[in-house]
Amino acid sequence: MLAFTLRRAIQAIGVMIAVGIIAFSMFRFAGDPVNQMVSLDTSGAERAAIRQSLGLDDPVIVQFGRYVGNAAQFKFGISYQFRLPVTDLLMERMPATLELAICATIFAMVCGILMGVYSALRRDTWLAHAFQAISLIGISLPTFLIGILLIYLFSVTLGWLPSFGRGEVVHIGWWTTGLLTLSGLKALIMPSITLGLFQMTLIMRLVRAEMLEVMRTDYIRFARARGLTTRAIHFGHALRNTLVPVITVAGLQFGSVIAFAIITETVFQWPGMGLLFVQAVQNVDIPIMAAYLMMVSLIFVTINLVVDILYTIVDPRLRSTVSRAH
Amino acid sequence: MTEPVLSVRNLQVEFASRRGTLRAIDGVSFDIAKGEVLGVVGESGAGKSVTGLSVIGLIDPPGRIAGGEIHLAGLRIDNLPPEEMRRVRGKRIGMIFQDPLTSLNPLYRIGDQIVETIRTHLDLSEQAARRRAIDLLAEVGIPAPEKRIDGYPHEFSGGMRQRVVIALAICAEPELIIADEPTTALDVSVQAQIISLIKRLGRDHGTAVMLVTHDMGVIAETSDRVAVMYAGRIAEIGPVQDVVKNPLHPYAKGLMGAIPTLAGDDKRLVQIPGSMPRLSAIPRGCSFNPRCAFAFDRCRVERPEPLPRGAQSVACHLYDSVPAESAA
Repeated sequence: MLAFTLRRAIQAIGVMIAVGIIAFSMFRFAGDPVNQMVSLDTSGAERAAIRQSLGLDDPVIVQFGRYVGNAAQFKFGISYQFRLPVTDLLMERMPATLELAICATIFAMVCGILMGVYSALRRDTWLAHAFQAISLIGISLPTFLIGILLIYLFSVTLGWLPSFGRGEVVHIGWWTTGLLTLSGLKALIMPSITLGLFQMTLIMRLVRAEMLEVMRTDYIRFARARGLTTRAIHFGHALRNTLVPVITVAGLQFGSVIAFAIITETVFQWPGMGLLFVQAVQNVDIPIMAAYLMMVSLIFVTINLVVDILYTIVDPRLRSTVSRAH
Repeated sequence: MTEPVLSVRNLQVEFASRRGTLRAIDGVSFDIAKGEVLGVVGESGAGKSVTGLSVIGLIDPPGRIAGGEIHLAGLRIDNLPPEEMRRVRGKRIGMIFQDPLTSLNPLYRIGDQIVETIRTHLDLSEQAARRRAIDLLAEVGIPAPEKRIDGYPHEFSGGMRQRVVIALAICAEPELIIADEPTTALDVSVQAQIISLIKRLGRDHGTAVMLVTHDMGVIAETSDRVAVMYAGRIAEIGPVQDVVKNPLHPYAKGLMGAIPTLAGDDKRLVQIPGSMPRLSAIPRGCSFNPRCAFAFDRCRVERPEPLPRGAQSVACHLYDSVPAESAA
C-alpha cells in the first residue's frame, strides 16, 4: 500500500515537471518578457540590465531549473500588471475559488446521487423523466448561458439574489470565507449551481446507469433471495457498488470544476483565481498565466492521487491486488 | 402423510414480449415433503430455473405468475404482498444460485453479509449473530471460520464461496432450499463436495430441497425424487431410482440413454434428434411430438395430462388406456 502510494506520488511529480516545461515555455513563446515590463523609452542599456538581473541571459536549461526550483517553493515571480508577487495574488484569490468549487461539487454530488438513485429505482415515474429532461438541459446548455439566465431570473426579475461578487467575507487568518455571512451565502448560491450543474447531470446519469447495471447483478438477486429489506438492498448493497465509478468521476471532475470556474467567475464577477486568470490573459501577464497553469495541474494531479487511494478504501479487491502487485 | 413443505399446483408463468405473451411454465404441479430432495432436470430453457424463481417470488418483470398456486407448509405464497414475501425469502425459503463467484457482494466481508441476513430474519444481537455466523461457516465446512469470517469474497475459492452462499441460504433455518444449478460453475471435484454438503444439510435439518440442474449424475446421487421438465411442463416425475432405471416418457428415456456409464460397453450414446422448441413456437398437442419416435396422431392435437403410473407420473398419451408393454 505504501509502495503503491509512493509510486503514484513519483508519477505525479513527473507530470508536474512536464507541466512546468509547458508553463516555462510560455515565457519564451509569448515574446520578450523585458518588453512587457518596460516602457517604450527605456534605453538599451537599461533593458540589458533588467535582462541581466532577471537571469534571462543564462542558458535555457539553467533558467528552467531556476523556474522549477522556484515553483517548487511556490514562487512564481512578479505579476507584470500588478507589480506584486504572483503567489500572493493567487493565494489571496484562492479561497474564493475553492469555496465556490467545493460548494458546486457538494451540490453536484448530493443532487446528482439523489436524482440518479431515484431515476434508476423509479424508472417510469414522471419525476424520473423530469430528471432526465433536466439532465439533458444541464449537459447541453453552456455554463455562461445558465449563469446569465439565473442572473436574469433571480437577480434582475425577482431581485432575490446578488448578481455579482462574493458578498461580505470574514477573514480567518489568510483565508477569507463567505460562508459565515448571509450575503456571502446568498452570493454563493447561483455561482455554485451554475458551476455544478454540468457535474450534477453527469453524476446523475452515471449513478442512474451504474445503479441499473448493479441492480441486474447476481449479488443483488441473491440479496433479494436472502430476504433483505428493499432499503438495505438499494442503499447498502447497490449504492455502495455504484459509488466506485462515481467517486472517480466526481474526483476527477473537481479539477475541471476549478478549471471551469474561469467562466462562472467571469459571469458572476467572482473574485477568484479564474477571474484573475482571465484578466491576466487580457493583459498578457505571463507569470500569472504560467502560475495558474501550474496550480491547476497541481490540483488535478493531487486529486488523481487521492482518488486512487480512495478507491482502495471503497473496494477491498483493489487493496489486495495492490499489495500483491507491488 | 403429513402436509408437504412445498406444494405447487398448476403453475403458469408468462413473459410479456414484443411478439406477444410467452408461456414459460405451463401447468406445473409437484410436492416436496419435509427432508426430501426433489431434483428438477431438463434442457436449458425447459423452465427449471423459472420454476425455482417463481417459488421464491423473484420472477423479474416482464415475467409474472399467470396462474396456479404455490403453498409453503400450508401458506399460500404466490400472491403474498411484496413485504410479506420478503420475510418468507431467506427466512423460510433459502436460495442458492449457480455462480458463487458473483453471488456475493464483493465490497462486504462475508461475515457482514451473513450477520446482515441473520439479523434481518432473527432477533439476535450483533455478537450472537456473529457467533451464529461462525457456527454456520463451520457447518458448511469452511476451515478456521473465526478467521475467515472477516475475509472478503475475493479471498475465497469458488468452492469455498459456494459454501458461504449455502451458509447464507440456511442461516435462518429455512424449511425449503432451492438450489439452482449449485454445482454447474464449479470444478468436478468440488461439485461432489457441494452436493454431499447440500444433501447432509437437508438430512440434518429436515429441510426440503429443490435441486435444479441439468446434470443427471447429480440428480441420481442426491435426489429422492426427480421431475423431468420439457418446454415448461413436467414430462415425468417419480422416485429417482424408478425414473433413472425405468423411464416412461420418451423424452425421459432419451435423457437417460444419453448418460454415459462406467460399465464401459461401447454402445453409442443415444441422442434425441432435434432441439427443444422456442417458447414462441411450441407445437400443438404434446410439445415433444416432433422429436418423439413414438408420436401418433393424438400427440399432434391433444396435450397429454400427467397420469399416475405406479409411483411415477407421466404426461404421455402412450400410457393412456394402452397397456404399458406396448409403449416400450
